Amino acid sequence: MTIIDRRLNPGGKSLANRQRFIRRAKAQVKRAVREATAGRSIKDIDRGGEVTIPSDGVREPTLRRSSEGGIRDYVLPGNKEYVEGDSIQRPPRGGGAGSEGAEDGGGEDEFRFALSDEEFLDLFLEDLELPDLAKRQLKGVGVPQWRRAGYSTSGSPSNISLTRTMRNSLSRRVALRRPKPEELEALRREIADMESGASVMNVATLAAMREKLVLLERRSKRIPFIDPIDVRYRRLESTPKPVAQAVMFCLMDVSGSMTEHMKDLAKRFYALLYLFLKRRYKHVEVVFIRHTHEAEEVDEQTFFYSRETGGTVVSTALEEMAHIVEERFKPSEWNIYGAQASDGDNAPSDNAKTAALLTSTVLPMCQYYAYLEVGSDDDAPTGGERPTTLWRTYAVVNGPDSPIAMRKVRHRRDIFPVFRDLFQKKSDQMAEA
Amino acid sequence: MALVSEPDPRLLFSGSDWNFDTIRRVYDACEEIALKELRLDVYRNQIEVITAEQMLDAYASGGMPLFYKHWSFGKHFARDEAMYRKGYQGLAYEIVINSDPCVVYIMEENTITMQTLVIAHAGFGHNHFFKNNYVFKQWTDASGILDYLDFAKRFVAECEDRYGQVAVERIIDAAHALQSHGIHRFPRKRLPDLRSEQKRAEERRAHGEAIFNDLWRTVPAKKGKTREKSDEDSRRALLGLPEENLLYFLEKSAPRLAPWQREILRIVRQIAQYFYPQRQTKMMNEGCATYVHHRIMTRLHEQGKISDGAFLEFLHSHTGVIFQPSFNDRRYSGINPYALGFAMMSDIERVCLNPTDEDRAWMPDIAGQKDPYAVLRDVWANYRDESFVSQFLSPALIRNLGLFNVHDDEEELDLNVSHIHNERGYREIRRALSRHYDVARRDADIQIADVDLAGDRRLILHHRVVDGIVLDDTDTDHVLQHLADLWGYEVSLREMDDETGDMKNEFTARPRAPFG
Repeated sequence: MTIIDRRLNPGGKSLANRQRFIRRAKAQVKRAVREATAGRSIKDIDRGGEVTIPSDGVREPTLRRSSEGGIRDYVLPGNKEYVEGDSIQRPPRGGGAGSEGAEDGGGEDEFRFALSDEEFLDLFLEDLELPDLAKRQLKGVGVPQWRRAGYSTSGSPSNISLTRTMRNSLSRRVALRRPKPEELEALRREIADMESGASVMNVATLAAMREKLVLLERRSKRIPFIDPIDVRYRRLESTPKPVAQAVMFCLMDVSGSMTEHMKDLAKRFYALLYLFLKRRYKHVEVVFIRHTHEAEEVDEQTFFYSRETGGTVVSTALEEMAHIVEERFKPSEWNIYGAQASDGDNAPSDNAKTAALLTSTVLPMCQYYAYLEVGSDDDAPTGGERPTTLWRTYAVVNGPDSPIAMRKVRHRRDIFPVFRDLFQKKSDQMAEA
Repeated sequence: MALVSEPDPRLLFSGSDWNFDTIRRVYDACEEIALKELRLDVYRNQIEVITAEQMLDAYASGGMPLFYKHWSFGKHFARDEAMYRKGYQGLAYEIVINSDPCVVYIMEENTITMQTLVIAHAGFGHNHFFKNNYVFKQWTDASGILDYLDFAKRFVAECEDRYGQVAVERIIDAAHALQSHGIHRFPRKRLPDLRSEQKRAEERRAHGEAIFNDLWRTVPAKKGKTREKSDEDSRRALLGLPEENLLYFLEKSAPRLAPWQREILRIVRQIAQYFYPQRQTKMMNEGCATYVHHRIMTRLHEQGKISDGAFLEFLHSHTGVIFQPSFNDRRYSGINPYALGFAMMSDIERVCLNPTDEDRAWMPDIAGQKDPYAVLRDVWANYRDESFVSQFLSPALIRNLGLFNVHDDEEELDLNVSHIHNERGYREIRRALSRHYDVARRDADIQIADVDLAGDRRLILHHRVVDGIVLDDTDTDHVLQHLADLWGYEVSLREMDDETGDMKNEFTARPRAPFG
């Protein structure tokens, strides 16, 4: 008997199978993930969770007999009242008269299982992208990537390929007939045997054998075990890797007209955006700008958690954005994105300036500009409400060629669909249209 | 007053913690009883301690420590994990693998009493059964299975590298769909190959020429002319038809498969064959293990090697294992194989030691045998579930369990209680229960009947419909699609009634995306 402690063995042996399963059921799992996220708060969005998918796509059919019909006998335990010849009313279909139905009919309609945090988020964000990530700019020469490219005869010792080297050495030794150590050893032993008289002494053969030994030893010295010409190194080639640089400007109105509900909506939207960027694009910079009647660049913490109040002058935020672009992100080298959330209020005197700024400065340098208007919950059902000041201003700017997209959000449940809508892959949008 | 008494020096352990030393001690104690008293014959044991998570991993691949990769295992893992996390389903205390050495997994969470139980149950009960039962001896190679699985895993991984995951997944999907019919149920006749066929035909002709005598022509022929072997018959004979092992037939004869695809069919088929004996002996196997652990634990307690507390803990889980809810209980989900197996084996022990007149009449061979262990060892070696029930289900046990038979005829309005546990019913109930355990009867009897080689190469299968139970249509459509893709040409499956010979149903499928 042996006892083996396997507890420290790496777990997750089923991981590969699990990934295959999720890939297989991807369409259904994705749909389930969307549904699951609808009722979630932002904080929980990157939590995994249970999803239910229809078992159709992951069905494992077998040739089996139907669980209904025909003539069957069931032997059941625990009889208390029945005697021979009793009739029992047929139980309703599907209930089954006993084990049989369950045993050979795997009638599962849906399939429940839990996704890990990673899997959940990956699936959730899968088909989103930053549109027109076009200005691919080599970030200097700084990011070459090393790739394996065969073998070479020179290189650094750390890159020696042992298998290759030994293979060459072996074939050379075989080709040049270098004597093997065992052969030499056997010959030596034979000579020793003869000398000691253990085997029959024959002077002529002994001399011949001695000569042979000398010959072999010399050859073995002359033909090295590993010759420099055997040595091979793994060759690595550097290939420049294009890095698409992108910066996302998050512009949020935090003025007094924004109610708590609206701020909540806006923050949710940005949280989602932030999560998406962090996860999908390694090289995306994010700039947070919040504004009232004046704008300032803030860090993530302040942007999401601190409070502020005041009037509303939208153009200040755009100015701030233009200023930062000029200072840090050259439009020729960076892909620039903007996302603005506001309740649509603006100081009346500022509208013209905002529109001008947008058309002349901001939009030309942007790949994409998303405007999200947050509304209050209660005015949703009344329908035909008047468009807000800012909406009207932006609507004028919004032409077929301009990279601006405008959406309205009134309720938490709209956030995910709108977000998806704004950042859906172009090819998908085409397909759906 | 010394309230703290010294622990009894005979005790193997106290408390519930375990370490490798206690496990070893417990194992030795169990081994002594198993080998000397029960006279079991076991493979060498290899006990592996694993965590709950690793147990879930093992579940997903049929308990095997290694397996090729496929999404369906991921699906089972996901489901088991969800069930386990929610607490709907506990984990098994152990998993045991029919291999040599016999691998027994035990979980680290178990108490030492449970570990003792597990070692007795799996390490001696199942192990003895695997090594000695004839179906296992006949069909499985315990020493080779782990190596074979290793080969299978590598081979599938290599194919994935070379031909892509999707292509490999498709062929495994198709093979899995057919794996219930990828089993040899009987040892096969060796197939005559073309060369030896030709040689035999030549020999026959030479012989005919050697003994040729024109006189025979004048002898009047017998009335009923001997039928010439038709082309059809010889074609079937060459293809080895009819053939019930669908995967085997496809592997050997499907015209368009690539060699690696044939090998994958073979792998799935071999593994299905390996598991086939377990399906045939599920109840006996669990019964044997349960009986053995019960004996060993009881003896350990009698010898004073485990404390009363530990014994009570054991009894608690033992009774849980052999609990059989009644048919009208909400918890009822079929006859519990542990319960029936254990009850029948305990009953055999009783019949051997204290037979009643009824027992003497029903089981004259074993009644009053005095050595129940020898009888049980013989039973464990030479029966499978079906034959075991039909031989050893005693009237006393039928009464104890209150077994009754319900007859369900589709054409009648109500179900009918045809037999109960009385004098007239014993034999019928025994027969019905034995049939329930007859795997060959439970699985649909499907055979490849013919191939139209000269024409459109259509593959024709027959399902012998017994008791009017036809195939499940959605699943059959799906499976047939896989089959058509493997075969590469049209496939049709005809359901023929066993009694009348009428065709009840026909499924056909054309290859949508043939392999190869």
